[in-house]
Amino acid sequence: MDAASLEGTARPSLSPRGLDARTFVRPAVIVALLAFVLFALPALLSLYYVDALTQVAIYAIVALGLGLLAGRVGLVSLGQAAVLALGAWVAARLLFATALPFPIVLLLAGLVTMALGTVVGLPALRLSGLYLALITLMLAGAITVVLATTNFPNGGHGFLGYNSNALHTPAMRRPTIASSDPAFFRYSVIVGALMFLLALVHVRTRPGRAWAAIRQSEAAARAAGINTTLYKLWAFALASFVTGVAGGLLAGSSRYLYSIDFPTQASITLLAVVLMGGIFSLWGAIVAALLLQLLPALLNSWGVSPDWLTILFGIGVLQVLTTAPAGLVDQVPKDLARVGRLLSGVARRRARTGESTP
Amino acid sequence: MIEVSDLTVRLGGVTALDSMSVNFVQGTCGLIGPNGAGKTTFFNVLSGFVRPVGGSVRAYGEDLLGMVHFRRARWGLRRSFQTEQAIEQLSVFDNVAMIHEHSRLSRASRRQEVLDAISFVGLEIDPQAKVATLGAAQRRLVEVARAVVGEPRLVLLDEPAAGLPDEETEHLSGVIKAIPGHTGALVILVDHDMSLVSACCGATAVLDFGTVIASGPTGEVLRDEKVMRAYLGTEEIV
Ligand SMILES: Nc1ncnc2c1ncn2[C@@H]1O[C@H](COP(=O)(O)OP(=O)(O)OP(=O)(O)O)[C@@H](O)[C@H]1O
Ligand SMILES: [Mg+2]
Repeated sequence: MDAASLEGTARPSLSPRGLDARTFVRPAVIVALLAFVLFALPALLSLYYVDALTQVAIYAIVALGLGLLAGRVGLVSLGQAAVLALGAWVAARLLFATALPFPIVLLLAGLVTMALGTVVGLPALRLSGLYLALITLMLAGAITVVLATTNFPNGGHGFLGYNSNALHTPAMRRPTIASSDPAFFRYSVIVGALMFLLALVHVRTRPGRAWAAIRQSEAAARAAGINTTLYKLWAFALASFVTGVAGGLLAGSSRYLYSIDFPTQASITLLAVVLMGGIFSLWGAIVAALLLQLLPALLNSWGVSPDWLTILFGIGVLQVLTTAPAGLVDQVPKDLARVGRLLSGVARRRARTGESTP
Repeated sequence: MIEVSDLTVRLGGVTALDSMSVNFVQGTCGLIGPNGAGKTTFFNVLSGFVRPVGGSVRAYGEDLLGMVHFRRARWGLRRSFQTEQAIEQLSVFDNVAMIHEHSRLSRASRRQEVLDAISFVGLEIDPQAKVATLGAAQRRLVEVARAVVGEPRLVLLDEPAAGLPDEETEHLSGVIKAIPGHTGALVILVDHDMSLVSACCGATAVLDFGTVIASGPTGEVLRDEKVMRAYLGTEEIV
């Protein structure tokens, strides 16, 4: 038995989660990173890139929701961009109709989207894999069609809040503390960080364990006493909530929303980048958002059409599906380590040959 | 005491259980039979994954089949699967804790009881190690730890020793024998390894084509002519 080989690595078994250096180092690194993003980035970058990074922050939340569903529970949804549009719609409606503080609007957008998104998740109780993907894609298509006819609210009256005769559309309001673009960027990052924290709490506790069980085998999960229906719906509810909040941020960041900005295929591209980023780590969501929002901004500024990205993402997904199922977030550090070993090996060989030939 | 009477299950065109009737009284009981006899199907009925067309199962006087499947774990039903199902993404501790958190027991004692279960099965590894990093024998022990945690009342083990080397099987055999004394649960052991079954089980029932063809003290049952014939596949000429 390989117990002997494991003994060497065994830590004292009763230390609660190992109160070693890592327990403190990790949060410290994250806080430092967050501080850099919040304070240094807006000062260093042009407004063009600040705006692009605001989109990254927003889409990182969307990717987080989809990553939770696909990576933790094993439910592949092709309707998340439509869920985002729902959140944006609700937030827009509230921003025009009420004087509620922005955080409350975000919360309400999250909650309403949660209710609607859970309905989108209902098919998940009976379906999985290809059929679930197909059904969620159809639902996304339906949402796109409905949005195209109702349009996003633009300050009009009635339930839909759309005035087709408006010559001048008022801009969506932003929180007073975050009315400039750099300030709204910071605001988005903080909201995003809160959403990641919410996800982390879920993944680390009872629901996270239940999801891991469901992902591996539903029968085994039920035998373990897990109400699989409840926990699947819970996953959809959580993913929809964070996506709805992201929709609220999107309303505030873009200030004008148009239904053509939410095509059905956006959901497919979203799944592609989420897979490329890596669905088994929460960090993968950030990588996914960088691919989806920063890369096109870079290409644009270099005068290259971002349409080429579709091909790149296609190749990327192929690579993930065939050789690196845990995505870039897992692959890149491994590759870097390999390159590092290679370089240090070369350096050592150099040093050795240097010694022998004085 | 588990009383099974007239249990009948149809899967597609196959009658997997054909009015199966048997009582499992106490301790570790064996359930054996040739491939396709219906042993796993019987476990699936107890788990609530398969709905029988007829018959009943009473466990300690309660109607087990009337319970929703995921509630049965709370009641005290535990099982291991023929293809082992410890959750790879989670640590050994979380694998076992997950069962405890869906049982009736309080949170306060969870940590200790989970560690107790891990040491009961003789797993001498870091509880925080991910199951994906373990070998086959250790994973099997994780499954048994999952089965004994949180005051189980009925433990179903589906071929827990399949594919294990003799040494590991012997260790597992000791653990299985100790479960009733340690937890008070009744254990039903399905396995094709007759020496394991004779070592662990006082009483054994034999299934063949979904029907119980013999039951009683393990030694006697194994010597039974009908049982030998079932295993050798000798067709009766009617
Ligand atoms: N899902 C299913 N659909 C149709 N028939 C099935 C299904 N599952 C099992 N069967 C059939 O039911 C019968 C009993 O199968 P079961 O798996 O319970 O046997 P078993 O005693 O556990 O066999 P083994 O020792 O090989 O594990 C077999 O004839 C099998 O082919
Ligand atoms: Mg079987």
